[in-house]
Amino acid sequence: MSAEAGAETSALEGAVHEELRSLLGAWALDACGTDESVRLEAHLASCASCREEGHQLRDAAGWLSTDEPLDPEPSLRRQVLDGCLGRREPAFRVPAYAEPFVAETARLDALLRDLGELDWLERATLRWHGGSVERRPAEVLCHLTAVDGVLARALGLPDPSEGTDLLERDARLRSAQTGRPPTTVRALWRAQTRAIVETAALAPESMAERFVDYGAFRVPVADSFLDRAFECWIHAEDIAEAVGYPYNPPRGTHIRALIGLAVRLLPVVFAGEPGTGRLVKLIVEGRGEGEWLIPLDDPETPPDTEPTATVAIDGVEFCHLCAGRRDPHRMPVGITGDRTLARALLAAAPLLSRP
Amino acid sequence: MSSPAPIRWDRQIQRRLARGEESALGELYDQFAPLVHGLANRVLADQAAAEEITQDVFAHVWEHPESFDPAQGSMRSWIGTLTHRRSVERLRRDAAAGAADGEGEGAPLEPSSVEEEVLAAATAARVQYVVSSLPQALRETLLLTYFGGRTYRQAAKELGIAPATAKHRMRLGLQLLASALSTEPAR
Repeated sequence: MSAEAGAETSALEGAVHEELRSLLGAWALDACGTDESVRLEAHLASCASCREEGHQLRDAAGWLSTDEPLDPEPSLRRQVLDGCLGRREPAFRVPAYAEPFVAETARLDALLRDLGELDWLERATLRWHGGSVERRPAEVLCHLTAVDGVLARALGLPDPSEGTDLLERDARLRSAQTGRPPTTVRALWRAQTRAIVETAALAPESMAERFVDYGAFRVPVADSFLDRAFECWIHAEDIAEAVGYPYNPPRGTHIRALIGLAVRLLPVVFAGEPGTGRLVKLIVEGRGEGEWLIPLDDPETPPDTEPTATVAIDGVEFCHLCAGRRDPHRMPVGITGDRTLARALLAAAPLLSRP
Repeated sequence: MSSPAPIRWDRQIQRRLARGEESALGELYDQFAPLVHGLANRVLADQAAAEEITQDVFAHVWEHPESFDPAQGSMRSWIGTLTHRRSVERLRRDAAAGAADGEGEGAPLEPSSVEEEVLAAATAARVQYVVSSLPQALRETLLLTYFGGRTYRQAAKELGIAPATAKHRMRLGLQLLASALSTEPAR
């Protein structure tokens, strides 16, 4: 090739380069025609300076969109995840027992994302069967983090607090976090919830049965996850109420799992008249509907035993009762059979709540 | 935006997605679903379509986590790009189908209303500030194109300017945005 022809080629290349370069802004906004995009992308593969500018402008374009103030429907989450898992089988599934915890922590996190500076200064009322305390949202997160920490420790993760007494753990973490910005506390809480789920998903199946020591009581890992989901939901409601945001109850399948936990623990806290072989049938209506048999005296009571009493109650209301949020004597329930026994059982439910 | 992911998080989540951890997919969804769904809904103005785009984008990331290159930008920016491209493709496809049916392309977006909506929705004060301080001509071109899903030729026509001017405004606007954002400390 002669020198002259070479110069012509490079002048031509220069013109093409300039033409394509002028398209970079439109390209970063996905505003080119199809053939223009194809030509430009081919050029980017060979031209480092255009490539660099292209990346820079694309990144800048990404900043034009900020998170929507309105979150997508919570039900979309499971739908999208199932769609993904149908296309590519996961090597490590999230165990079914952890799902309510995953869903409830995600919902609380979405609520926290929407809190403004002043919302973080509001005080939520945390109730339990023995009283109530007032806490700012960040302090509620400290409380959740401190108790989640018991499960984290059982899974071999670092403990954000220390000791076994839940109130002491809470107080210790709260004082350690005093003065920290709420976003830091939120990040601490969230990081631990995620680490807990990741660890459980990677652990062998037998992990579900390992015991978690809460000091006053011990429950298997699987039940501990349900306990944590339960408390996360209830305190999320407390925060939502304090800042005046609406907050829905968990999905039906998750409510059912939470009721299952409460039903397993109820005989332990039941303090009615002693007896033998008594069985109460719980019929839950509405969200989380289902039926449970509660053997009050002997866990080995055969399930085909005629129930001593039958209690019909709304699922969400029953959860609120167990969380110490309802007066057991003043809520709508349907009772057949031994009314005294049924009433004594309902009166025991709030004892499942903790400060 | 409230919690921009650091590069270390980007790489970790990519590794975990590649390993096939469902929990990583869940975290990714929780982090970016508001961005994906919000952006798709803004461009398409259709809840159902936005949900389909959301499904598509996360399926793509789950099936091809290796196609994310941290050297080319953040996970957030990659996912935003995937979302925007799919939304715009769908908008243009639907518009073309509508035109073929003789329905026309629907009422054109008012640039100013798009702009107001965007600025009202911008939760990050910094970005809002930077975008709002761009010269008016650049800003309306960027927003009409990005959220209206217009090609630069369509945008030029709607704004009554030459295509070359539209291209120039887009490039300049983004350059200004990029330099303003790069001189601010990362949040």
